[in-house]
Amino acid sequence: MKKLTLLLALTFTTAILNAQELPSTMLKTLEGKKVDIKDVISSDGPTVISFWATWCKPCIKELTAFMDYAIDLEEELGVKVLAVSIDDSRNSARVAPLVQGQGWEYTVLLDENQDLKRNLGIVNVPFTLVLNNKGEIVWKHSGYSPGDEETLAEVVEEVAAGKSPSH
Amino acid sequence: MKRILLTSLYLFLGTSVYAQGQQSFGGQLHGNFQLDGQWYLRDEGIDPSGEFYPDERFLGQGYANFIYNQGDFSGGLRYENYQNVMLGFPEGYRGEGITYRFLRFKQDNLDITVGNFYEQFGSGMIFRSYEERGLGYDNAMDGVRIKANPVKGLYIKGILGRQRFYFEKSPGLVRGIDAEYNLTEFLPRLDSAGYRWNIGGSYLSKYQRSNDPFLILPENVAAAGVRTQITKGAWAFQAEYAFKANDPGADNGYIYKNGNGIIANLSYSKNGLGIIAGFKRIDNMSFRSDRNGSTIDMLVNYLSPTTQVHTYALPALYQYATQINGEEGGQVEANYKFKRKTKIGGKYGTLLTANYSVAQSIDKDFVDDSNDTLKVLQGYYSDPMRRGQIPYFHDFNVKITKKLNKNFKFNLSYLNLFYNRSVLEDGLGDEAILNNPDNQKLLGADIFIFESLIKLKSKHYLRTETQLLTTKDDRGSMAMMLAEYSIAPHWFFSIQDIYNYGNPVIDQRLHYPLASVIYTEGTSRFQISYGRQQRGIFCVGGVCRVVPPSNGVSFSLTSSF
Repeated sequence: MKKLTLLLALTFTTAILNAQELPSTMLKTLEGKKVDIKDVISSDGPTVISFWATWCKPCIKELTAFMDYAIDLEEELGVKVLAVSIDDSRNSARVAPLVQGQGWEYTVLLDENQDLKRNLGIVNVPFTLVLNNKGEIVWKHSGYSPGDEETLAEVVEEVAAGKSPSH
Repeated sequence: MKRILLTSLYLFLGTSVYAQGQQSFGGQLHGNFQLDGQWYLRDEGIDPSGEFYPDERFLGQGYANFIYNQGDFSGGLRYENYQNVMLGFPEGYRGEGITYRFLRFKQDNLDITVGNFYEQFGSGMIFRSYEERGLGYDNAMDGVRIKANPVKGLYIKGILGRQRFYFEKSPGLVRGIDAEYNLTEFLPRLDSAGYRWNIGGSYLSKYQRSNDPFLILPENVAAAGVRTQITKGAWAFQAEYAFKANDPGADNGYIYKNGNGIIANLSYSKNGLGIIAGFKRIDNMSFRSDRNGSTIDMLVNYLSPTTQVHTYALPALYQYATQINGEEGGQVEANYKFKRKTKIGGKYGTLLTANYSVAQSIDKDFVDDSNDTLKVLQGYYSDPMRRGQIPYFHDFNVKITKKLNKNFKFNLSYLNLFYNRSVLEDGLGDEAILNNPDNQKLLGADIFIFESLIKLKSKHYLRTETQLLTTKDDRGSMAMMLAEYSIAPHWFFSIQDIYNYGNPVIDQRLHYPLASVIYTEGTSRFQISYGRQQRGIFCVGGVCRVVPPSNGVSFSLTSSF
């Protein structure tokens, strides 16, 4: 145990504050096609990746509340928003009907075996990432409470302007 | 404990400082950390005899995951500790140690993992290893996994290993192979006609030695499944069929009957309308890598429920749990968004959601001819064309969500629930119920929920919930009020009370108050709560555990990096 603690401590203290990229991970589109997340993110502007699930109420609230901002951000700043569902393969059949019924216009991807969620060390949904146009993760947030969508929109605007996020 | 706390504090501070991620030795490190604890208080109202009051007074548990990625290589581990395991979690979690570690190499079309991994074939009807930490569920494999993509559109997976059983391994071996093929690659004409068509098949076998003095138990048990998914435009169809060879075990009462299961879904999603209709029937599909296993231990497969998951507190008291020995049911769910600037849609659009789901027993004709042992060992015969006689569950609900103006949003829900407590709480088998149908404990309830969200000023929000559950059964009617105040992006305050005003036992007409404060900083979150928790059943994806009543101060710290 002592050794492990030491190892962990070392890992943390020696870690250099640096940009993090997405690990290459296969996801599915709603049509059942396999795609690598690295090929889906935008290279022209920021990408927002929001992890959610059909059974997660705060996730649905967040994506619904952010929709009002996403329309403008996509149009004006070329922002790409990906809604990655971590529903298992039985529940993933419910994803497309729910997305339509909510009137969301996000690109929806399925992480059925939760590989991407695990690779990124995510504990729970909702979990939101913002990437810059180089594909580097520049902002992360876990959980959702009302008003978080305002912060997210501010962060995305800053990243689009080439600044580092202030929140 | 002190050392653990110090370590956690260090980790927490460390992760906050370096929250933007770690790059060491040219690769990347991701991970997460969670620590939960509760100081329990003696409460004679909810627990008169003190049977649920833990001797330790304070219970705490936590874990940390680390995954390191560098090019084609990745590796990771998880450390878990339970000192001691919190009330309601499986007792098997006792102690501490490294419960998960793996190395993975991925190049070109080959992906090899040694050590622990999570994987599933299709929807998991014959194989799914996964973890659900809130539930205490973890059947991680320990062995080898190979994934390959030999030709375009063809994906093959092979697995071999043993499953996790708390801090040990299950006695049985699990080995299997799965293939999925994208037919659109093979028939380009399908693609140009707008079709996407996948087919898949899998085969799995488990091995467990047997030395039963009376029964010749099958040591190798095979299972197989086929599946398909077709989409065209707004339409999608999915179906899966699974078969399992005879597998006498504690779940099915050591009968030698084969098992099978089918699920199918059809959905349509377009222009603000989403509809899905699903059907499921499973017969004797309990499948564990230890035939004597029970509850949530060492399950090889996953049988998802066809019912809706509720997150509101009162309907969540009566959630459906998949009946692995046999059930049939279906679900229809519709979501519709009335467009902006229409009569019903108003300025912002109005959302309407309706759901109906039902589950019941399958037809079972029990063999009672005690002279013919071979027949008796079959247990029962089931005719798929005949309906089962025992209703397990139904749920009809509608919900309207509307934004009135910039600062006010609300939704209204109505639910009608039917819940067979004999099956879902007491775990009685079909035969016991059919022999004495008048003794069933049933519950019927109507639930009304009003939820509102008010924006007070920029980043200040007030959310309220008012819930009413009316029933004459079980604990009787309850009412609930909740208010949450959030100041984005850091602070969150919540206060709620459930009042069980309709309890048939007058002494048990109790209040269950709960207050919480949450502080969030990026990906780190600290929560402290104080209050009463009523007894209940907590479920994720149709898998459930019993939660005992408790009172106390609990805290939780999560962080990821």
